Amino acid sequence: MADLSVNFAGIKAPNPFWLASAPPTNSGYQIIKAFEAGWGGAVWKTLGLPTINVSSRYGAVNYGNTRMAGFNNIELISDRPLVDNLREMEEVKKHFPDHAVIASLMVDTREQWIQIIKDVENAGADGIELNFGCPHGMCERGMGSAVGQDPVVLKTIVEWVMDAAKIPVITKLSPNISHITDPGLAAAQGGTDAISLVNTFKSIVGIDLDSYAPYPVVDGKGSNGGYCGPAVKPIALNMVKELAQHKDINHLPISGIGGIETWRDAVEFILLGATSLQVCTAAMHYGFGIVREMEAGLTKFMDERGYNTIYDFAGKALPNVTEWKNLNLKYNVKAEINEDKCVGCDLCYIACDDGAHQAIALPLDGSRIPSIIDENCVGCNLCSLVCPVEDCITMVRTDDGKENVTWQQLTDKDEIPSTFNDKRAGGNGHYVPEPSKALRSK
Amino acid sequence: MAEFKRPTTQEEFDKNFKLKKPLMNDTEAFYESSRCLFCYDAPCVQACPTSIDIPLFIKQISTKNVEGAAKTIYDANWLGNACGTVCPTDVLCVGSCVYNHQDVKPLQIGRLQNYATKNVINSGKQLYKPGKDNGKKVAIIGSGPAGIACASELRLLGFEVTIYEAKEKPSGLTVYGIAPYKITNEDVLDEVEYLQKQLGFTIKYNSPISNKAQLELLERTHDAIFLGLGIGATAGLNMEGENLENVIGAVEFVEDLRMQHHLIEVPKKVIVLGGGNTAMDAASETARLGAEKVYLAYRRAKEDMGAYSFEYDLAVSAGVEGLFNCSPIEIVGNGTKVTGVKFIRTSTEHGILRPLNNTEFVLECDMVIKATGQAKQKKFTDLISDLELDRKSRIVVDEKNNQTTNPKYFAGGDVINGGAEVVNAVYDGKLAAKGIHQWLTK
Repeated sequence: MADLSVNFAGIKAPNPFWLASAPPTNSGYQIIKAFEAGWGGAVWKTLGLPTINVSSRYGAVNYGNTRMAGFNNIELISDRPLVDNLREMEEVKKHFPDHAVIASLMVDTREQWIQIIKDVENAGADGIELNFGCPHGMCERGMGSAVGQDPVVLKTIVEWVMDAAKIPVITKLSPNISHITDPGLAAAQGGTDAISLVNTFKSIVGIDLDSYAPYPVVDGKGSNGGYCGPAVKPIALNMVKELAQHKDINHLPISGIGGIETWRDAVEFILLGATSLQVCTAAMHYGFGIVREMEAGLTKFMDERGYNTIYDFAGKALPNVTEWKNLNLKYNVKAEINEDKCVGCDLCYIACDDGAHQAIALPLDGSRIPSIIDENCVGCNLCSLVCPVEDCITMVRTDDGKENVTWQQLTDKDEIPSTFNDKRAGGNGHYVPEPSKALRSK
Repeated sequence: MAEFKRPTTQEEFDKNFKLKKPLMNDTEAFYESSRCLFCYDAPCVQACPTSIDIPLFIKQISTKNVEGAAKTIYDANWLGNACGTVCPTDVLCVGSCVYNHQDVKPLQIGRLQNYATKNVINSGKQLYKPGKDNGKKVAIIGSGPAGIACASELRLLGFEVTIYEAKEKPSGLTVYGIAPYKITNEDVLDEVEYLQKQLGFTIKYNSPISNKAQLELLERTHDAIFLGLGIGATAGLNMEGENLENVIGAVEFVEDLRMQHHLIEVPKKVIVLGGGNTAMDAASETARLGAEKVYLAYRRAKEDMGAYSFEYDLAVSAGVEGLFNCSPIEIVGNGTKVTGVKFIRTSTEHGILRPLNNTEFVLECDMVIKATGQAKQKKFTDLISDLELDRKSRIVVDEKNNQTTNPKYFAGGDVINGGAEVVNAVYDGKLAAKGIHQWLTK
């Protein structure tokens, strides 16, 4: 059976599922509950000079009847006195010496950093996470994402911390930046032991149409929040990949964060190089019990593929994430509709006809079972994505797999289209209906 | 006119006895599983006698970990597939789904359960291995749900297990006594075979244990004995005319039906006596076998019936007519065959049933099915020394471990509860196995 335990930059934990620094890790009570439920580690809600929080703190994006597909918050760092947090941290470690307890920190001056590092080390923390991410409130005071967005400042603070800390240091990055590798590189140069990402995205989840204020509304006004939850996973995955492929950063272990809710999400982050996973929204939505599904699924995946530890497959997808110019232009798939499964919604038809490449025809007999016009199908996937039936539309490879031609190769051979009406255009000769065919009346 | 035409082929039989809970397809399972709210301390789990972690297995289906879902189910319930279809889910898990409070259709938990369990049964996926041989032997009398569950759990714990079964097929009433529109014979037997293949318990068929010498031999050669005897044949009514041709017990009738399907014939007019679930099944089944007129006669009022209301509704929808406050006083015949039942009308006052004077009448029929209770296995249980029975002749057990007053014997299922659901028997069998383990290893 798979061994889920991890050693992340020297921080050991029975499994890679850690609670991210957030409301679920606000107290020792919650963290002990989480460990009892099966979580392998927890990053304590960020400690610093205790703040004062507002009432009405969270907002959500519901997609159809799916609650909290996206989630944001305007809650700041811990508003509890440091001494209370430290006492509880000590108690948690006493009960769970083998679980990872990591102190998330956010302070201003060098003296404050030195002092608070000493405090959490004395309380028994296994590691420190530097919160350079929060894009709301704290950044207005020059902390959080204000640091994450300024690589020079970030590097300086990491250096202060590395000077003072005796336990492993994780630098948590803000995604509110054009190139995640900039702060990533700064953290690496500052000497951090590891990186975690992503913190939340600057966001407005919606506007209340009565008060004309953004959610969450505080007395008729609102502020941008930090966005997270399943909706941000794709952006987080890409940022993890960016760091994991960077030659001057990828020696550092990466803790993946951003919309992780299921075992599949977990496996995806690991395949892109993460070796610990932090979760917040799923725990806020479903409680700590949600870890059971993730743990069971990850174990099954590993057992099935014969992986003993997560390090056996960490980063395995990285060689397959390449630049567009290296993709094989000769690879060709076409849609195939399973007539027995088709329910006749014709969403594929209209998606293709209005939104893509006019490669699906409706039957003339009124049966509503559409068919693919092979010569028009470019293999874009859209029909299979909108189809509501499992495995009804599949994409079938049609090239013989013998040819591999990339944009890069064509560029090298000077064979890419180079004039506006170049005959070598990919869509040259591709059938498109006459514009007048779309007129309802003439 | 009857609702159903008499089935003369297997195909026609299958049509008349169409499964009430057919297997879900992938799309249905995905949509349905995505609706689950993942309630905390979920009411569905509380309602399940075997406490299956329902939100977890549903979440696993939605994340395409179908094998994991099956494992979650079998970890709690060794007959997860049978229970998915034969459980009265409307009054258990499904009935307690919180969506009921919103007037939203509750999750189809039973069918999702079958989707997962059928997947592993069909693929033959090995989820369990027998435990390390602990050198101890257990005999199980009866291969019904209690016996199978006990055997499976004991094998997991490393016991050698032999089941003695009087009939030629395993799983007791699940195959011999459940209405065919709830589960097919194949589905029942496939599950037992699936468990047997993984866990390797022995079932000796056509091997009734019926005398003292046999029992003593079992006692000498085994460390513990589990009694999963089930319940006996239909009890007599002690009424004139009871021995006429075409007067039969419901249990025997259902058994015939399960084994012979369309090969058994019912005459035109049938009277079913009783107000329990077995009476509802028998009435519904005779209607589906093409009887022109089926009466369900119960001596008390409709609301006093022991049957679930949905079972009565099902019988009515099959064309059965209910007769209430009619108590049978004599089975009328022509000397050889039954020709009718003489009833007297009744009323119930303060819970006491009173016949009403001068209200006798004879209802003509060609067949009478008695669903008026089953005999206990007293003749058998009297063979075991120090075995305490309650005043209803049920074996008395310690509810912590299902141990009887003769410490070598454990018991479960109908023999201790007088007749309940498959799921209750499964729970009992597992509990007894744990009890045996604890008793023999203490």
